[in-house]
Amino acid sequence: MPMKDPADIIDAVLSRHRDDPTRLLQILRETQEELGWLSRKTLAFIARGTRQPLARVEGVASFYSFFHTRPMGRYRVLWSDNITDRMLGSARLMKEMCQKLWLEPGHVSEDGLVSVATTSCTGMCDQGPALLVNYNAIPRLTSQRVAQIVELIRTETPISAWPGEFFQVDDNIRRRDILLANRLNRGDALRTAIVRSPTVQAESSANERTWQDSNLASAPGPLLTLEEIKRANLRGRGGAGFATGTKWEACRNAAGSGPESAHCVICNADEGEPGTFKDRVLLTTQADLVFEGMTIAAYVVGARLGMVYLRGEYRYLRDHLEKILTRRRSEHLLGHNILNQAGFDFDIEIHFGAGAYICGEESALIESLEGKRGVPRNRPPFPVTHGYLGQPTIVNNVETLAAAALIAANGGDWFRSIGTEKSAGSKILSVSGDCERPGIYEYPFGVNVAEVLSDCGAIPAKTQAVQISGPSGVCIASDEFQRRIGFEDLATAGAFMVFNNERDMFEVARNFSHFFAHESCGFCTPCRVGTTLLKNCMDKIEAGHGSEYDINEIFKINHLLQTASHCGLGHTACNPMFDTLQKFRPAYQRRFKSLAFEPAFDLDLALSQARQMTGRDDADAHLKNTMEVKE
Amino acid sequence: MSQKIKVATTSLAGCFGCHMSFLDIDERLLELLELIEFDRSPLTDIKHCGPCDLGIIEGGVCNAENVHVLREFRQNCKILVAVGACAINGGLPAQRNHLDLRDVLEEVYQTEPGLTHGGIPNDPELPLPLNKVHPIHEVVKIDYFLPGCPPPADAIWKFVTDLLAGRTPTLGHGLIHYD
Repeated sequence: MPMKDPADIIDAVLSRHRDDPTRLLQILRETQEELGWLSRKTLAFIARGTRQPLARVEGVASFYSFFHTRPMGRYRVLWSDNITDRMLGSARLMKEMCQKLWLEPGHVSEDGLVSVATTSCTGMCDQGPALLVNYNAIPRLTSQRVAQIVELIRTETPISAWPGEFFQVDDNIRRRDILLANRLNRGDALRTAIVRSPTVQAESSANERTWQDSNLASAPGPLLTLEEIKRANLRGRGGAGFATGTKWEACRNAAGSGPESAHCVICNADEGEPGTFKDRVLLTTQADLVFEGMTIAAYVVGARLGMVYLRGEYRYLRDHLEKILTRRRSEHLLGHNILNQAGFDFDIEIHFGAGAYICGEESALIESLEGKRGVPRNRPPFPVTHGYLGQPTIVNNVETLAAAALIAANGGDWFRSIGTEKSAGSKILSVSGDCERPGIYEYPFGVNVAEVLSDCGAIPAKTQAVQISGPSGVCIASDEFQRRIGFEDLATAGAFMVFNNERDMFEVARNFSHFFAHESCGFCTPCRVGTTLLKNCMDKIEAGHGSEYDINEIFKINHLLQTASHCGLGHTACNPMFDTLQKFRPAYQRRFKSLAFEPAFDLDLALSQARQMTGRDDADAHLKNTMEVKE
Repeated sequence: MSQKIKVATTSLAGCFGCHMSFLDIDERLLELLELIEFDRSPLTDIKHCGPCDLGIIEGGVCNAENVHVLREFRQNCKILVAVGACAINGGLPAQRNHLDLRDVLEEVYQTEPGLTHGGIPNDPELPLPLNKVHPIHEVVKIDYFLPGCPPPADAIWKFVTDLLAGRTPTLGHGLIHYD
């Protein structure tokens, strides 16, 4: 097979994206897919093509974990490093793989064949340990599976020829409620929304106003659907719980700017919070409902452009989602004059992330969609007035959009009758960790933790903690299992990680501290430095050099992160330490040799090289590790 | 007359620049001496530290002797302050941290022409160097950190006088922030 010229490959990618610098992420991803990594020469070529300074292109390429500015193995193996993967033995399996491949973790083999490293949670917590090979997910790893993978890599078998069962991702839906058990047909919600005000529609067409015009002139059709969303009291499912109706209304009322003013609907499918995997299952089993929710949002706010920001870890969903989008276009549920409504034009495009947790934050997500580093913006202005390319934009979680479609079909009163007073509707939980039946559980809001535990087969008496809503959420101890899921009590984006009595809650927090240090975007100093200081504190305690002094340091850093960080990542980065220090302090203290102070390293060992070189072993060539306390 | 506050100072793996900056408080040193009395310090040449109120440490920890001196200060001083970049971060001496100490000793005493005659010094009188240079808070508990390379004389003055007055030391604009 003749080698293709890299310049031709890059040219083809560039022209596919019309040399558009806002599509830089997709350009880099597709280029890397063909060339394996992004050399300086490649980046320079892309910089010229998109008419960008090289520094900016390099800045973007070096920001995202899944872009490589150094040569990588032809097979790139990334082990998911969430605590749930670790609890299922990922560290041991990764070591086995490295030994079989004669490889150090984080390095590329000398023949350039393979590299093995870790990555943040890949969203397979209910079927871990999991890894990505060239960004294709492989769940349920065992020693045997690792041996098979090593053999396939050694024989350089193309990934397309690997057994399909390796890549089989299960849905594991264990409990369905209004969302997962819905019986809507494609287009039902949209049709209901459109016919909600038939007389008005007739009037509009009589006046020959297009739907877009009528929207700006506060036409009752979209307004009535907005009314239903507001009446439903739908709140965002991504964690923050902002009122969806308020968001949509603000976006609808925003004028936009410039001659090409265009509202935009974005579906946030970045799902990076460790322990969360509900959006993966929603997009697998309910993609039509999610796309329908986006279309309804577009109908309400008057948007033509829709985008799904899908995390790179879920790239395997692409063909499935594209197929559904194509079918929706052919059924006039997307595209030009949707359902024969004059001027109702809306289409959806899928963008892929490249391994950056921070891009789940809506303004960082928008930056990323615009082809930049995923750094959160200053707010205000909020995306609803100044979002994608400065235009009015709504960013909603996958589950929120699916719920919006349900509301459009069944009405706000129906939705509001489910759940609790302040938390209407249902919530999908991603249950993982120490339980018999990990997977997806949908409950009406208000369910208590104990009930979820008993449904998933965790024994409450043997469970010491549940991490709700991931590392940035809250860790609750067994005396709090009567607390309820809902905005009144335990607000959650969905993660529900169960820890039995044998788990070391210090190790759980330490795993999360590494996660935040890795995922800090680096823009603001309090977070960039603070998350690393936290990680260092935790590693110091783990190595047996900790004392109460370090606990005080953790609280001090927490205060700094809370008060001085630019965005929510920094604000919440200390939560795992803060909670476990409040509730599981003995897990820390049993690692202390002294309560007052302990050196950060082994002092006597620190003289080892000098002893070796000088041949000395006298008393002065040694140091005591603990200081004598003077009375 | 009430008893004077006892102060000890030392330079570990440092360049004495922080001490020079301390001396730059100039005639205010006389004012200070009304309130304090120096114990172990390069200014007094006292070799060992007695019980003190305040210990001021310049420089990081690069060898076994630094560890002993630092511990002596911690054992004797109620309040211990890390002064300057080397004490706080390891500073300039820590530039050797990316090299293996064995390679350094070999290069200097064995392979480099001109210095090779004596071999690697192994006299028990000499303190052994540590594998890496460390900031002092990794070896003992430190109560305050006074950054700078060196911290300006006015910052040292403000710090010490705040402490003597019983206030939590705060360095405002111009002493730690310049823009």
